[in-house]
Amino acid sequence: MIAQPLTVLNTRRAPRPRLGVFKFASCDGCQLSLLDCEDELLAVADRVEIAFFREATRRPLEGSFDVSLVEGSVSAPEQEAEIRDVRARSRFLITLGACASHGGIQALRNFSRVDDALAIVYATPETISTLPSSRPASDYVHVDLELPGCPINKRQLLSVLAQMLSGGKPRIDQHALCLDCKRQNVVCVLVAHGSPCLGPVTSTGCGVLCPSYDRPCFSCFGPAPQPNTASLAERFQAIGLSADHIRRLFQMFYNQAPEFLEEARRHE
Amino acid sequence: MSEGTRTIRIEALARVEGEGALTVHLREGRVEDVHFRIFEAPRFFEALLRGRDLTEVPDITARICGICPVAYQMSACHALEAALGMSLPSPLRALRRLLYCGEWIESHVLHIAFLHAPDFLRFESSIAMAQSSPELAEQVRSALQLKKAGNAIVNLIGGREIHPINVRVGGFYRIPRQDERAALAETLRAARDRAHALLRWVAAFELPAADHDYEFVALRHDDEYPMNEGRLVSNRGLDIAYAEFPNEFQEHQVPYSNALQCRRKGGGAYFVGPLARWNLNHDRLPPEAQQAAAESGLTWPCRNPYASIVVRAVEVLFAVDEAIRLLDTFEPPASAFIPFEPVAAEGVWITEAPRGILYHRYVIDTVGKISEAVIVPPTSQNQRQIEEDLIRFAPSVLDLPDDDAAWRCEQVVRNYDPCISCATHSLKLKVIGR
Repeated sequence: MIAQPLTVLNTRRAPRPRLGVFKFASCDGCQLSLLDCEDELLAVADRVEIAFFREATRRPLEGSFDVSLVEGSVSAPEQEAEIRDVRARSRFLITLGACASHGGIQALRNFSRVDDALAIVYATPETISTLPSSRPASDYVHVDLELPGCPINKRQLLSVLAQMLSGGKPRIDQHALCLDCKRQNVVCVLVAHGSPCLGPVTSTGCGVLCPSYDRPCFSCFGPAPQPNTASLAERFQAIGLSADHIRRLFQMFYNQAPEFLEEARRHE
Repeated sequence: MSEGTRTIRIEALARVEGEGALTVHLREGRVEDVHFRIFEAPRFFEALLRGRDLTEVPDITARICGICPVAYQMSACHALEAALGMSLPSPLRALRRLLYCGEWIESHVLHIAFLHAPDFLRFESSIAMAQSSPELAEQVRSALQLKKAGNAIVNLIGGREIHPINVRVGGFYRIPRQDERAALAETLRAARDRAHALLRWVAAFELPAADHDYEFVALRHDDEYPMNEGRLVSNRGLDIAYAEFPNEFQEHQVPYSNALQCRRKGGGAYFVGPLARWNLNHDRLPPEAQQAAAESGLTWPCRNPYASIVVRAVEVLFAVDEAIRLLDTFEPPASAFIPFEPVAAEGVWITEAPRGILYHRYVIDTVGKISEAVIVPPTSQNQRQIEEDLIRFAPSVLDLPDDDAAWRCEQVVRNYDPCISCATHSLKLKVIGR
């Protein structure tokens, strides 16, 4: 994905560019990735003004932002106005992770009636305010760049910020994870062990995590461009997976991404 | 000034994990009511787990919380293994305890240095704190390195810091190699001095005085400081197995919050987390940690919730040493996991998340699908206790300007390190009236 040419974080601009971090329905893990940049956090704080980041600072929400990082899905009625407000305040809006970009794991509830889910969790559902489905920011506003992952890779986030600080166009790699395994000589878990690996259809970003732990990829980073999900599902059938198992593989963190949504439907 | 009503509101609490608010209603100088409101949007995990395969539960429940995913994975795995009648051999048990040490370190250090210390030193954030003087910059830098050591554990044993991938029902996918374990032990040995420095730093903070007769609830194990196993005990004579939890505790829905509140049946609020663990298990800490705690001035028992920050630092020190011990004595198992066949059953377990006890209960069917899930996170359990602390505390800040009063109230809330993402599977401050 290549964003519009922008130099919003170019530090030659004075004063320092303003960064905002916003949270919607989420686990906090993607914004925590920023605090997990132990070696770079203070350096980042010197080069950009962290103007709003509720998890880290008491500073109130004021003014506009050169770059906004949005975590979480739009899931409650008031969040519809909030995401529009964040957009209105932001020159460049980046969604962080599966929730903000595609609704996330909590979008599994989109497959059933919200009243049923409410009744399972709450004794008096009528006092709970929720939207009927968990939705990505892009259903409401223009998104300039989507960083994939559940959670995002902090290296990718730092790289995007660094690219913008140097005045470049922020871009991220999006080839299939499968290629990374080949490049890094990681034994193919699908071929060697018959494990149902989603690496052939999943976007790069995790650093070949699961296959290097003897585990098939379960697609924390969502679909790679033009994924051949049908062919992969056929292979899964051939190694003995049930339709229900194949459906569940495509219905995890990126269950609303069109390619995975479609493939899952074929196995209902 | 004592005419009528006044409201102190904190519309969105900062430096907590997740979204919450606080409203303190005052009438004629008296605290009328306190609502700790969790408005984090509900995410319905207990509903969306239904129909999923039991093997998927650790990966799905991890997503409840990016700060303590290991806790969710640990309670989930143990509950499901209990349902399947499995118990893990000691090397796999040791590896799980090691993984939990990593999460305690990174979660506690994040809270101490980034979310809570700025309250005691009156900075809006730890970044502002670090930018205020070279000495504080060094404290923050050192804390970051210590947190990184905790992350290094979760990274190696779990595969990555947030939402680990190496945990499965029955054990792990891969056992870390000897060279990887040795390098990790070195990293942790280098972090020990930082853990001691962190404890000395927070021990010097001036803690507001407070003393209240709480009911503390925590796990207690025969010979370990509790993480993954133990009986559930309290300082008021509770001593039960996990399965008895629903007989003694009950979740309530309150109209102003998206998180359920858990209370003692027939009783009220109770206190879980580091202070509860310290009060109920300080004799289970190894001598070095006990000595460091004594030198820091921490008392036993301790009924001052502000001392939680010191207890957290003691637990960090303990977790670093415990992780080194576990690595040094580790004997690799024959297999990374124990295979199983699904049976229709129910399983219940409680583990000690960084913020306190985390209860999971699952019902599985004959093919291994989840038919029922109940999850009670620590923040749900501390919610009522937080409100009661504020009811006691609020009168002392009545004469302060609203901003200042709100900040002091927030500090009370942050004693509990509330994790709001967890509690809705959620916090905001309003103070109303004067």
